[in-house]
Amino acid sequence: MNPTSGTPLDERALALRRRVIDTIAAAGRGHVGSTLSLMEILRVLYDDVLRYDPARPDWPDRDRFILSKGHGCLALYIMLADKGFFPAGELPRFCHFDGKLGGHPEAGKVPGVEATTGSLGHGPAIGVGMAIAARLRKSPARVFVVAGDGECNEGSVWETALTAAKHKLDHFTLLVDHNHMQSYGPTEEVLPLAPFADKWRAFGFATEAVDGHDVAALRAVLGRLPFEAGKPNAIICHTVKGRGLPAAEQNASWHHKSKLSEDDLAALYAALGPA
Amino acid sequence: MRKDALEMVYEHACEDPRVVFIGSDLGPGVLAKFQAEMPERFFMEGVSEAAIIGMASGLAAEGHIVYVSTIAVFLTRRVYEQVALDLCLRSLDVRLIGTGGGLVYAPLGPTHMATDDIALMSALPNMTVVAPADAPEMRRLMRGLRSRSGPAYIRVGKGSEPEVTSDDTTPFGAARVVREGAGIVIATTGITLHTALAATELLAAEGIQPKVLHLPVVKPLDTAGLAVHLREAQGLVVVEEHVPAGGLAAAITQWLAEVDDLRQVRVRRVGLPDAFPDRYGSQALLLDHYGVTPARVVASVRALHPEGR
Repeated sequence: MNPTSGTPLDERALALRRRVIDTIAAAGRGHVGSTLSLMEILRVLYDDVLRYDPARPDWPDRDRFILSKGHGCLALYIMLADKGFFPAGELPRFCHFDGKLGGHPEAGKVPGVEATTGSLGHGPAIGVGMAIAARLRKSPARVFVVAGDGECNEGSVWETALTAAKHKLDHFTLLVDHNHMQSYGPTEEVLPLAPFADKWRAFGFATEAVDGHDVAALRAVLGRLPFEAGKPNAIICHTVKGRGLPAAEQNASWHHKSKLSEDDLAALYAALGPA
Repeated sequence: MRKDALEMVYEHACEDPRVVFIGSDLGPGVLAKFQAEMPERFFMEGVSEAAIIGMASGLAAEGHIVYVSTIAVFLTRRVYEQVALDLCLRSLDVRLIGTGGGLVYAPLGPTHMATDDIALMSALPNMTVVAPADAPEMRRLMRGLRSRSGPAYIRVGKGSEPEVTSDDTTPFGAARVVREGAGIVIATTGITLHTALAATELLAAEGIQPKVLHLPVVKPLDTAGLAVHLREAQGLVVVEEHVPAGGLAAAITQWLAEVDDLRQVRVRRVGLPDAFPDRYGSQALLLDHYGVTPARVVASVRALHPEGR
């Protein structure tokens, strides 16, 4: 069961998705489904929540954002380009030999990317280290990590959950893009996570659930951080894999797509309506 | 040796506020002074190596110098990908202090013996790999690492090894001559320096005096130093407490294979077999069982010696 409300996508949501398709068309590949389930989460973070300065990506007091489900990097690249971390002209070179934007994000190569991810289960622990570092230097910087639900199969995620709770990192927030699908099929069939929110609560996280495509709801829940003093925060974002593209929605064969045909692309653009 | 390594961590932390220490459920009282005096930079975490390496990565990415300590096999085999991606790929300043390198944990069995740690760590780009022979060398290497950036793996011996490397002025990373000699070079790393020195005592009676060249830094390998010392040599015996793949002998011979003017150097290896340890007892008993012994070194030197053929 995926309790997303089916909130309609607004014009910015559609515009961002057109950029995703533009980029996938140029590169000839990409994790379409995983990117689109993330889009509103990243949009709200970058539009409304994170404190950053694209002109100073190393500003010490910036909030740190780690996309732990690195295969959703197109959504991140599109937001970083949108905010001016690098020119949008870099996007069509996604996954190209001489491009900066690889199929998984690399810190040190892409301005605004804080951690190299791609192998799952690494981002939360790196984020915990950054949150401890912020506390040590008495910085107001907060840390936000987005993990996938399939990623939560990894034991390292739960090791890190124990660690974050132990250190009472209430400036650390883990958002799970809970699109209920992983590579092979439904998460509840491949390796059940339910009761998912209860697991996070049991691990010591102040936990909320939200429709991850409802921009207003995301703004509201992220505006209440920290949820509880002395506890790390978990936000279960119920999303739809491939949201906005009927062909891709909740379709495991769209987890990663290469070799998109002209007809596929035309259908994707058509689904998003006129630009 | 472990005590010295940890004391050096404490000293470094006193001098540099960027230093933090992370242990993985170590014994009670470890670095108690550090914890008492700098509690905010002392972290004793759980049996959660993946989370610890990630945490170290996050701290180092923010400018900290991070020392992580636990049993060598858990720092190398268990969290290899975290070490590779979270530390080495970004070349972050994290120092892995691996206790029980080689056969130290012989009584505990094959789960705890780090017989392939040098290979695993050396395979990772940007990693520095060091294996001291005794406590003074541990202290010097720990100090030397301060001026190197990037990740490092430190193989820690059992402790109470005889101190044979005192009064050393060799720069960090350089091969050092521990005993002068000619004709044959015995190359060592870690505690096999002691095996080599014992072998030279036995050989002295026969009038054979090999040069003992100690390489406490396996990566980056001091090939320039090796070239100098092997120029006049007929033979090289490499002694290592390590499996054949990826240890000191493998590193040296891989380099040597491409050096045309050292073709005269014949090589013998004295080391562990390609096998999981199948006995318990003690490090000394297992070294003896697998033939990492002065007697075997003597035999190898004799076999290579011009007058021994």
